[in-house]
Amino acid sequence: MRNICIIFKKQLKDTLKNKTILIQFILFPLMTVVMENSIQLEGMAEHFFAKLFSIMYIGMAPLAAVSSIISEEKEKNTLRVLIMANVKPWQYLMGIGLYVWSICMLGAGVIGLATAFNHEQFIFFMSVMGLGFMISILAGAAVGILAHNQMMATSVVMPMMMVLSFLPMISMFNEKVEKVAKITYTGQLREILYNMSWDLILNNSIVVIGINAICFLALFTIAYRKNGLE
Amino acid sequence: MIEVNNVHKKFNQKVVLKGIHLKISKGEIFGLLGPSGAGKTTLIKILTGQLEFEEGSVKILNKSVKELTGEDRKKLGIMMEQFGLYDRFSCMDNLKIFAEIYRIPYNKVKESLSMVGLEAAAKIPACKLSKGMRSRLQLARVFMHTPQIIFLDEPTSGLDPATSRAIHQMIIAKKEEGCTIFLTTHDMEEATKLCDHVALLNEGKIVEYGSPQEICTKYNHQKRIRLRLYDGRNLDFAHAKDSASEIYSLLLKEQVETIHSSEPNLETVFLELTGRCLQDNE
Repeated sequence: MRNICIIFKKQLKDTLKNKTILIQFILFPLMTVVMENSIQLEGMAEHFFAKLFSIMYIGMAPLAAVSSIISEEKEKNTLRVLIMANVKPWQYLMGIGLYVWSICMLGAGVIGLATAFNHEQFIFFMSVMGLGFMISILAGAAVGILAHNQMMATSVVMPMMMVLSFLPMISMFNEKVEKVAKITYTGQLREILYNMSWDLILNNSIVVIGINAICFLALFTIAYRKNGLE
Repeated sequence: MIEVNNVHKKFNQKVVLKGIHLKISKGEIFGLLGPSGAGKTTLIKILTGQLEFEEGSVKILNKSVKELTGEDRKKLGIMMEQFGLYDRFSCMDNLKIFAEIYRIPYNKVKESLSMVGLEAAAKIPACKLSKGMRSRLQLARVFMHTPQIIFLDEPTSGLDPATSRAIHQMIIAKKEEGCTIFLTTHDMEEATKLCDHVALLNEGKIVEYGSPQEICTKYNHQKRIRLRLYDGRNLDFAHAKDSASEIYSLLLKEQVETIHSSEPNLETVFLELTGRCLQDNE
């Protein structure tokens, strides 16, 4: 637990000095605050921007942050120094995962507060976001472990982010894209957020989200077994 | 302290270490000399548990390296050329992370920084340090938790003579504190100056082992004495009884400007044994 906290603290300090990662965390909550408070169009769904940016936040921030952090530490060999100092690989991954999840939840909290959800809606929103962040973190960790350096991680993560963030958004305007988007967890989370109901989670969506999570968990396990944190 | 018996290591089908035997006692500075690609870093990685090996045994702190616990690992200090620093963090913050991991009080961090002469640079981000300063910061990180065994992989490679000298002094100070030091180098002067024992490694095989003095004496085949006189003449004498009276008379006449024995150094011994120079690939 102690080492997890040390990694968490280290990462917090690093993020404040790493603008690339910092922007990932701040961008969507900030955009939500601005758009929700400045644009109101007739016929627009309730909390349209909040829901739109939330899904993009799930599909981008944790994925980019985790893969970038892990691949940078591998590239610069600081991860090896940590491991040689008796930080266990699982402690490192937990520290990074927990950190990114917490910061993203903080961002989601800002989105939630800016949207003026009622108490129940806020809890629902945060639960959905928390679930989405977890799956994205798993995917980001798998990429970070597989990539040999940051450049490779970025080139893998970019198309993933495009699919996970933009497909659900474009699916609002195109039925064919919607069919594809529905097989992604972000696509399903978008549906859940738009309906703001647990019913959907308990019916179809949970199966797709579960399959997505299992796939990323499998990818993470394969990557970890193949490369470890080398 | 460190015992290596018949260690073999292959990468795919390429054999990189062949039957390595070593025994290093407590408080000793041991130097592993060899050109680039000889297997020095591979051996350090095996000794520190970063690499598996196919055959043989390695004992560190009287335990097999494969059985070292987390607590045992804390007794090791490792500085490898490729080990990185957190570039965005200051020197102080770079050390603080590891001080927390090793449960070391913060005053020890300051102590370590001043020991390597980086006290004034405590708040400077690591990315703004020169190569020499980065090496010193890495050394501070290694020394901070007062390990019993320190592994240094080419600690002065590419550094200027002044920084190298400062690092040598730190290494000697650690030896005086009772640390065992295992260092790899291709700098024979460094090895001669620092090491109690050295092993010459070529293509994964130890070709000679002993104290630098012993090795040089063993390969002193020429046994010549060279004199340079004030009148500009260079004289060459056999290192034998017959030459003594002649040299003595020159000395008495105060004609001798310099006098040298022609012992080989580790570089020439290595060349004789392998046909290669220690620094041939640099």
